Amino acid sequence: MTDVLRIHRDLVDEIVAHARRDHPDEACGVIAGPEGSDRPLRFIPMLNAARSPTFYEFDSADLLKLYREMDANDEVPVVIYHSHTATEAYPSRTDVSYASEPGAHYVLVSTRDPEEHEFRSYRIVEGVITEEPVEVVEAE
Amino acid sequence: MAVTVSIPTILRTHTGGEKSVEAAGKTVLEVIDDVESRHSGLKARLVKEEKLHRFVNVYVNDEDVRFAGGLDAEVKDGDTVTILPAVAGGAR
Repeated sequence: MTDVLRIHRDLVDEIVAHARRDHPDEACGVIAGPEGSDRPLRFIPMLNAARSPTFYEFDSADLLKLYREMDANDEVPVVIYHSHTATEAYPSRTDVSYASEPGAHYVLVSTRDPEEHEFRSYRIVEGVITEEPVEVVEAE
Repeated sequence: MAVTVSIPTILRTHTGGEKSVEAAGKTVLEVIDDVESRHSGLKARLVKEEKLHRFVNVYVNDEDVRFAGGLDAEVKDGDTVTILPAVAGGAR
């Protein structure tokens, strides 16, 4: 499997804006897309139930609602994103231990620098992190 | 007594790819044990030291069982038990 995250500029901007808005707490969310398509289309920012600068967790009721909605739409979480607000955009041990969507692109944004953000994408499968290129598609 | 158990993608290797399976039981633990009897390996992914694993959320209908008795949460005929991996992490 050659992996690359292809994602629209608008969605990148939405993720970064969400991360900036919630800084210094971590922001998190999903971009859903049609099952089997690997195309992130529907931006779904989630509340960080932990409201923490070093931890994020989808609220359990919101999580259930999200998965039911995706199921009803034949969608999957193509991208699962969160921010690191004081460290680099690289999956932590905690991130790896929780990662349980082998088909998802795990996007990390770092907002530690107030001017420049880092935006990187990974596969996390059975505890193994593989970084992948991000191909930003400009709006037509 | 039949309960529908909804299985998340990552655990479908244990159910031959099935998205949901039927099971019997009066509590979440009994339901998990019943599923385990036909789909071995599932229980170890959900239960650790007789408690629900922190990486996983289990719901009876709309209720997260963590707030309703955990593995002892009551299950009734016709209920749906949904298993979802927690989505969490962070720099910590």
